[in-house]
Amino acid sequence: MTSVALLHRITDFANRPDPYPLYAELRKTPVVRDEAGPYLVSTYWEIRSLLHDPRISSDARNLTAEAAKATGQDQDPDLPPNFLRLDPPEHDRLRRLATAPFGPPDTPRRVYDMHGELTDVVAELIDGCRGKEQIDLVDDISYPFPVTVICRLLGVPREDEKLFHEWADTIAAGPDPVVTDEEREAKLESVRRARRELAGYLAGLIEERRRSPRDDMLSAMAAGHGADGRMSPVEAVTTSALLLVAGHETTVNLITNGMLTLLRNPDVLQRLRAEPDLAVPLVEELLRFEPPVQMLPQRTTLADIDIAGTIIPKGASVYLMLASGSRDPQRFTDADRFIPDRSDNQHLGFGHGLHACFGAPLARLEAQLALTALVRRLDAPRLAEDPPPYRPNAVLRGPRHLPIAIGGIKD
Amino acid sequence: MRLVVDLNRCQGYAQCAFLAPDVFTMHGDEALMYDPQPDDEQRRNVRRAAEACPVRAITVEYGDGAPAAGTAGASRVG
Amino acid sequence: MSVDGYLEAFRSQGRIVVVGASLAGLRAAEALRDEGFTGTLTMIGDEPHEPYDRPPLSKQVLLGKVPPDHTALPRRRLVDAEWRLGVAATGLDLAAKRVQLSDGDSVEYDRLLITTGVRARPWPRELEAELDGVFVLRTRDDATRLHHRLKAGPRGVLVIGAGFTGSEIASACRERGLSVTVAERGAAPLVGALGGVVGEVAAELQRSHGVDLRCGVQVTGLEGDAAGRVRTAHFSDGAAVEAEVVVVALGATRNTEWLADSGLGAGPRGIACDAGCRAFDVRGIVTDDVFVAGDVARSPHPLFGYQFLSLEHWGNAVAQAEIAAHNMVSASTDRRPHLWMPSFWSAQFGVNIKSVGVPPMADQIIVTQGSLAEHRFTAAYGHQGRIIAAVTFDQAKWLDFYESEIERAAPFPPEFPTVDRRPEGMQPVPAGFPDPSLPSHGPTVTLSGHSPTDRRITFTPRRA
Repeated sequence: MTSVALLHRITDFANRPDPYPLYAELRKTPVVRDEAGPYLVSTYWEIRSLLHDPRISSDARNLTAEAAKATGQDQDPDLPPNFLRLDPPEHDRLRRLATAPFGPPDTPRRVYDMHGELTDVVAELIDGCRGKEQIDLVDDISYPFPVTVICRLLGVPREDEKLFHEWADTIAAGPDPVVTDEEREAKLESVRRARRELAGYLAGLIEERRRSPRDDMLSAMAAGHGADGRMSPVEAVTTSALLLVAGHETTVNLITNGMLTLLRNPDVLQRLRAEPDLAVPLVEELLRFEPPVQMLPQRTTLADIDIAGTIIPKGASVYLMLASGSRDPQRFTDADRFIPDRSDNQHLGFGHGLHACFGAPLARLEAQLALTALVRRLDAPRLAEDPPPYRPNAVLRGPRHLPIAIGGIKD
Repeated sequence: MRLVVDLNRCQGYAQCAFLAPDVFTMHGDEALMYDPQPDDEQRRNVRRAAEACPVRAITVEYGDGAPAAGTAGASRVG
Repeated sequence: MSVDGYLEAFRSQGRIVVVGASLAGLRAAEALRDEGFTGTLTMIGDEPHEPYDRPPLSKQVLLGKVPPDHTALPRRRLVDAEWRLGVAATGLDLAAKRVQLSDGDSVEYDRLLITTGVRARPWPRELEAELDGVFVLRTRDDATRLHHRLKAGPRGVLVIGAGFTGSEIASACRERGLSVTVAERGAAPLVGALGGVVGEVAAELQRSHGVDLRCGVQVTGLEGDAAGRVRTAHFSDGAAVEAEVVVVALGATRNTEWLADSGLGAGPRGIACDAGCRAFDVRGIVTDDVFVAGDVARSPHPLFGYQFLSLEHWGNAVAQAEIAAHNMVSASTDRRPHLWMPSFWSAQFGVNIKSVGVPPMADQIIVTQGSLAEHRFTAAYGHQGRIIAAVTFDQAKWLDFYESEIERAAPFPPEFPTVDRRPEGMQPVPAGFPDPSLPSHGPTVTLSGHSPTDRRITFTPRRA
């Protein structure tokens, strides 16, 4: 079955502010082949089962040549794939190596101990808005906050942000589906160039850390650790590039979408102000309701897979429409309602299975702390523009600016 | 406060061990051990951990009459 | 009174007695209240403690990370029950609907739920079992005693039996830096539960963590010193091992003795019940007022040839308790079958072992992902050409997929490629389960045939 270019409508910039009605349309056929070639999977249980299905690969080398070309997932001749685009055992080894300096079992307190630091960074950024009658949440807070954090965590100089910002943006747009062959070629080239430049930049930093290590993740990844040995220099580069890009192209959307949703639901905003612990389930609901990663467009099949009455042939490109699955009324009651203390919220916001978001605990904390601080300290906030202007990205979807009129900044 | 983890559901995402490291610890890459009766000062961390569990495997009795979390729902694909 | 009228009266004012106040009993009591049962609820438990969780006892507790009395189970809701703890049930009168108690008292019920579970099988030689330093591990009190002794740093620990409990105890001892010998009658640890192929991996895990593992041997005797403290264990191969602590981990015995003359279909293999958790009587006729759940139950499962399965699984206790509770207070057309997929886990030597399905039913095994040598793998078990079970070592994220394959009776060996397939995973091999007719303490799933009772009914044809 072929959809009438539903993918094109989803990626059409005009639909960026509200893609959810299109997802609802998509869910009428849980697995559908789009005109553009890929199979779109849009219902909760089907997505979740494919995320745990060992016949699904994230490695572009398993795509048929035709599918690779149609979706612009040709191999980069310059750099090997990062662990997001690898299958086990390579994926598992690299992810364990990257986890070693980041989380349990080796470094269980790294994220937990950043609490105070995260709180301070948010506080400073909000302080910086004093005297303004209108802020741009993106430029003033939700972008600089996670960038500062990921830079400190990795050990990338914050002042170099000007340098890598554009590379990161270009790379982050990479997974977005494109329409014409010319667009595809142009994008492929620009993404490769950005990857090369970012890689060159990080290679220099890693070499420096190898010689004089500090207490940061770049040093740890350069030095290696434990039973899995160490990353090769190029693995350290591709892995740190992945973390740097993912660390500041996703959480920005979570925080911005969060504030946007709160301002559209003033009763919830009031509740959060009175009840800061509500931030914990509220952020989970945000991940379901307005997820920063809308879809995973980079999966393929190692065999013909029979799912929901459709056979996805071997080597096909498969798009897992996470944001649609998390709004599936077959799984969530009142799926289109924002319910901040929803119970049993097994959303797909961070994916599931072995590629589940690496930085999830950090993103959760950042969003919880930022939203709690914002509702507490912004006086009389209201949306200056609704819908706000969006970034072009369809996959990593979020507002480019979020102008908020305020009465002032409270202490 | 009392808690129990349904380790049939647990798939080793380790969110709890990141967010409440004094209560939940990973033993190796995937095996989870936890304190079933943590101090009350861990309350906020435990809540963070329970809500972040991707498979909702953590049941908590906060000891103040609040409903236990994590007991509902679909535990698996099907 | 109409049937509906009876049910309504029972739901509002009936008397339910739950014998067995552990995980299954507690979750059943909560579920009964959730289902709207407002009558009287009596909980009878032979241990003096409120319901507690057992899995931590062989892990966190032995490691000294959690005090034994910090394992009480969280409550999902208030149950408003009369708790009679520290009192065992000693008899059941089905006709009078009465449970006899060890303190001489008795309680009457309209409906009864039996969740008496299992107990540790003791060392068979009583005098040796009484030696100071000989332990079993099942209850909180067992764990308290064993932990106290391990903390003192005994010079040698002997674990008899390398099933899950024995292996976990050995793991905790090694983590404490104690010198440990494990004696296993079978060819490898976990062989009864997971077969010989996986058993070899478990053996390798133990040895690489410094366990002195002896397989294919039996402990023939325990010897004490003049003060009655255990000192030496003698093995069937002639060896002798010095040990100040001996932990007997020879599996479990079902707590059904109190039902011996009750007329219920109860015996050493458990209490037979139908898919709706209703107990059978000795004639193989299902009762309508006695229900069973948890480790003590054995019930038929359609995915596994309708054999009666006994499951010593945490998740089964919860799921079956919920079904039993629902069915106890529901009209027959509203009842639900207990069709739980057998699932369990074990954490040992830093590895997370998980399984779904019924491995001991399998004749073949294939490593579909990862590698046995790396101790990270997923393996599928086959029985007569279909997938019947799966096991993962540190690969739990894949298990959901195999569970759905078991549910749809997918062909074995799997006909598709998977990520991380290694050369060793190209062909199935014999799963290596020991002869099921030999006594074994390994499996946590017991296939116990098709008969609802342990007693044979002899059919005597009438002569013409």
